Amino acid sequence: MEFFIDPNRCIGCQACVQACSECDTHKGHPMIHLEYVDRAHSVQTTPVVCMHCDQPTCAEVCPADAIKRTEDGVVQTARKPRCIACSNCVLACPFGVPKMKTELKLMMKCDLCYDRTSVGKRPMCATVCPSQALFFGTREQIELLRPRSTPTNRFQFGNQTITTKVNMMLPKVGQAEYLDVTSVMSEQASGKSISLNVLMDNLYQGEED
Amino acid sequence: MIKREPMTIPPDGRPEAEQPRWRRDFPIDWPQDHYVARRDFTKFMVLTSLAFTVGQFWIVAQNFWRKRRGEMPVRQIATVEQIPVGGSLTFTYPEAKDRCVLVRSSEETFVAFSQECTHLSCAVVPEPEKGRFLCPCHAGSFDLLTGRPTAGPPRRPLARIKLEVRQGAIYATGVEAQTV
Repeated sequence: MEFFIDPNRCIGCQACVQACSECDTHKGHPMIHLEYVDRAHSVQTTPVVCMHCDQPTCAEVCPADAIKRTEDGVVQTARKPRCIACSNCVLACPFGVPKMKTELKLMMKCDLCYDRTSVGKRPMCATVCPSQALFFGTREQIELLRPRSTPTNRFQFGNQTITTKVNMMLPKVGQAEYLDVTSVMSEQASGKSISLNVLMDNLYQGEED
Repeated sequence: MIKREPMTIPPDGRPEAEQPRWRRDFPIDWPQDHYVARRDFTKFMVLTSLAFTVGQFWIVAQNFWRKRRGEMPVRQIATVEQIPVGGSLTFTYPEAKDRCVLVRSSEETFVAFSQECTHLSCAVVPEPEKGRFLCPCHAGSFDLLTGRPTAGPPRRPLARIKLEVRQGAIYATGVEAQTV
């Protein structure tokens, strides 16, 4: 059972955010982010959960030795007795996952609902996602469900190569070896231009007739 | 000792043996971080119980030395005429570093205590009109006649200086460390 994120399918319904904040271990504090890719040009959103890196940068930069990785590969929220609320992890994470809860003086982040996944249940966000942009299941299942996509867990962040426990769905046609995390900063979302072209085409067709 | 394979590989990718020592002391992996070897635990237990045993002998030795020290010196502090009723006098007894205070609370009553507050060793100030010694550091107060703590942080009484009045002169004859 693995976690697959398919940002293409995200419809921005916030169900994952609400479901996450229902959890008793962090009630009222959603550990999942729902980010707009490029708010000025598109309504496209993407859910951001912790990718659970094999070499967690957040733990590497933690001066208080507070961020730990358990045997199941889950990078845990900072240990409360150790966390000094310095926000190093918040600044260092390539995916922007950790959140600093200044009112609690504690870094909190997605822990892949290890209480649920360890007993065979799906993480809360994956159970409520109506479009299954957040999918938790086997590799065979995801291949059947998404024949045009392929999962990857290799990312490039500057010179840093990151491998993660959580997978991101990429189009099969590109045969991408990895996903460049910073590319979103240089490329504009293409949602608006496509929809405009469709409109214009329809307009011209109408005139010709 | 169980050897556990580390899951998290350091960023430079080199093997564990070539990594700096702090990586072993502060591992990212939870099992390594919470693992206490049986040998370390046993070492801790043995050293702790050894410390307790040595401590017991230390107490016995202290008792022995205290008995060997012998009688306290008898020293004249003042004469009865020097101190009016309600007056006080500071002196040192038995050593020059041990500051004490003598108070005449009534015509016949003389009391003397160590000036060292039992909380954090500030010098206490006698206030005979209020019937107490006041420690100005944390507003601790002691009973003027018995030296028992009456308010504030101190929990133990002041050390009492034994006094004797012989032919109009006041002598200090000993120190009585009080526990309650």
